Amino acid sequence: MIRDITIGQYYPVESPVHRLDPRTKLFGTLVYIISLFFADNIGCYAAATLFLGAVVHLSRVPLRFIVRGLKAIVFLLLLSVSFNLFLTDGRTLVRLGFLKITDNGLRLAFFMGLRLMYLVIGSSIMTLTTTPNQLTDGLEKSLGFLNRLRVPVHEISMMMSIALRFIPILVEETDKIMKAQMARGADFESGNLIQRAKNMIPILVPLFVSAFRRATDLAMAMEARCYRGGSGRTKMKPLHYEKRDHMAYAVLAAYLIAVIAIRFFF
Amino acid sequence: MSIQAIDLSYTYGQGTAFEQHALRHVNFEIKDGEFVGLIGHTGSGKSTLIQHLNGLIRPTGGDILYQGKSIYSDGYSLRELRGKVGLVFQYPEHQLFEVDVFSDVCFGPRNLGCSKEETEKRARHALKLVGLDESFYSQSPFELSGGQKRRVAIAGVLAMRPEMMILDEPTAGLDPRGRDEILDQIERLNRQHGLTILLVSHSMEDVARYVDRLMVMNRGEKVFDGTPREVFRHYRELEAIGLAAPQITYVVNELRDQGIPLDETITTVEEARDAILGLLEKRGKLK
Amino acid sequence: MKIIKAANLVFDYIRRNEEGEVEDVNRALDHLNVEIEKGSFVAVLGHNGSGKSTLAKLINGILLPAEGTVWVSEMDTADEERIWDVRKTAGMVFQNPDNQIIGNIVEEDVGFGPENIGVPTEEIWKRVDESLRAVGMTMYRKRSPNRLSGGQKQRVAIAGVMAMKPQCIVLDEPTAMLDPNGRRDVIRTIHELNRSEGITILLITHYMEEVIDADRVIVMDDGKIVMDGTPREIFSRVEELKNYRMDVPQVTELSWELRQRGVPLPECILRKEELLEALLPLLKEE
Repeated sequence: MIRDITIGQYYPVESPVHRLDPRTKLFGTLVYIISLFFADNIGCYAAATLFLGAVVHLSRVPLRFIVRGLKAIVFLLLLSVSFNLFLTDGRTLVRLGFLKITDNGLRLAFFMGLRLMYLVIGSSIMTLTTTPNQLTDGLEKSLGFLNRLRVPVHEISMMMSIALRFIPILVEETDKIMKAQMARGADFESGNLIQRAKNMIPILVPLFVSAFRRATDLAMAMEARCYRGGSGRTKMKPLHYEKRDHMAYAVLAAYLIAVIAIRFFF
Repeated sequence: MSIQAIDLSYTYGQGTAFEQHALRHVNFEIKDGEFVGLIGHTGSGKSTLIQHLNGLIRPTGGDILYQGKSIYSDGYSLRELRGKVGLVFQYPEHQLFEVDVFSDVCFGPRNLGCSKEETEKRARHALKLVGLDESFYSQSPFELSGGQKRRVAIAGVLAMRPEMMILDEPTAGLDPRGRDEILDQIERLNRQHGLTILLVSHSMEDVARYVDRLMVMNRGEKVFDGTPREVFRHYRELEAIGLAAPQITYVVNELRDQGIPLDETITTVEEARDAILGLLEKRGKLK
Repeated sequence: MKIIKAANLVFDYIRRNEEGEVEDVNRALDHLNVEIEKGSFVAVLGHNGSGKSTLAKLINGILLPAEGTVWVSEMDTADEERIWDVRKTAGMVFQNPDNQIIGNIVEEDVGFGPENIGVPTEEIWKRVDESLRAVGMTMYRKRSPNRLSGGQKQRVAIAGVMAMKPQCIVLDEPTAMLDPNGRRDVIRTIHELNRSEGITILLITHYMEEVIDADRVIVMDDGKIVMDGTPREIFSRVEELKNYRMDVPQVTELSWELRQRGVPLPECILRKEELLEALLPLLKEE
């Protein structure tokens, strides 16, 4: 059913990673991504593998769930691996017609492949262990300093959170309107590009009308429940760092230092 | 001539963890000119069922025959079918999109490939059938009242000149008078214009008053099929699946339990009134 | 004590053309006066367009009257400084269950109101627990609202209002989009809140069977109150109700029809049991 789609594919289990503060996870993901761009030798990748493996294990998300996320980038992965594999100069190992594989190419391709995979796995671990709500809360709080630059951080995160709630509803509604127009003989499959674009009008107009109606209703409901912007609001689930977050930061720092050290001294 | 469901089954998300049987081996035949009610609570499969009748969903098992031909066979024109079997969704006013009422009603016949003349003729006729006169033609559908919007939407399907109309909860959200007006109009389409009607409803009272035949769905299965009298006789079973017979059924049945000789198949206020009056007269208690 | 007082209320929906000139004025409320007793259960009936939704929105201060005044607990809804107190005192539940739930998780939605009025975190949790329990939705607290039925969503919306500790809840056709089961659950829930928590209920509806247990029924037409009394008083006037595009429960209609034809029945029958009790002695053979 369409309503079962969960945006950001949260995987609901209890784990130490799930319990971490979303800010820790956001920052951790950032640090991990940076570390991957630092890594350029086997030692660095060993450290990155070890770190990622440990986090995945702690998160209790089944590996197949994580690997599923890689499907989306298979093409990109193959492309970048083969570019590196065939187009890097160095000592030739194998020759296939006009293509050749060099020692450098093999190394680069291997690292590039790993880097891409780890990037995806690393960031999906964050979305798999953090609900969209926690994520917006985390962003709101981490980006709080932008308030001073008059960026409406609270409003933006409120909008994100409302969007998350309404996307499945609107997807379902689109499906319903489409079927209703098909029942009136509408055809969305044939015709050239312009014709097809025109055929979308009977879907888009009712969809916009409905979205506006929902927005007005929602605004009224929020007002009736005393919503008046971010100031003076308290939080049901305020974010504060626990001991485990401090520990996570320590591990993170140790990991980053290790990667840098390995890179420059080995 | 008829529409037939043969061993119709539909499973959502087949083969996944979300697998859900929306329809299980449903069989029925609706003959031309019948006025049939379809009842079931939310999630009983009735919405899934009616979308099959219009070819909007492909069943995972079984078949739909319209006038003897499988609608899912190769080369069968579903668009033509949708012109023949009109489907009015719940809250149909949510599909209005044109700048004025008249053009919106023209959408259906135009899609069927009717000429401009024919399209306009049909639109005028359809609007007349739902009781909207020419003063509405150039109005924006978005500025009408709820009941009027709904009638425009129904006219939009009627303009395709269907032989059968399926209406999903056509009275949802209307006030009592609006509800009666829509139902009366639907009844006229059946009685005077010979349209086959399948009326999906939550309301036993409405259904008892209008339909000739009633089908009850529960958990994807058809559990009852018969005249309202026959079906409401099982009012205890209906209750067990979360549906209640009309209040009148209860009154009549409890009187019967007390030994009052009333016909157990009474389902409407008028029938009950006449039966009780008749009985009182017989007893000489009415001057 | 009166919790809501409205004097001489007028409200117009004004449509303007592109130049901002008034094109059309639609009078939704026409010099309406009403007082609602604290702790009572009041049902407001009326066909679509009779002005009953507008009245609801004026009580909560979402709309302000063009003329006249609404007082909620002695507070004028037009007083900008008290508007949040007004909304806290008179909470509101709307028709479409999807369009009034803000949170992505049930308990977070219930906490939304208290967050807005600056309730401390611990107290929010307490209120959320209590409110969810009051509407019988505790076991769904971690769910996504998208996976609930219509009736369950409405109960979450009611819990969201309860968490603001209101004295009064105005429900604007809360059951119009629900199926019979959902409708029954919602109605049972608000009766329960009225009885056990003493919350004043103003239920706007056009389902007759929902109002027979109310303390008082108000019928609106054309922006005015045209009938006002106990359910029994109101439903004894069957013809008048039909004139206002309303209906009566089947049992009431049957007994009215029988009375019209000379059957000696009590004047107004609302429940099946009453009808049986009155009919049986007449129908039994001596």
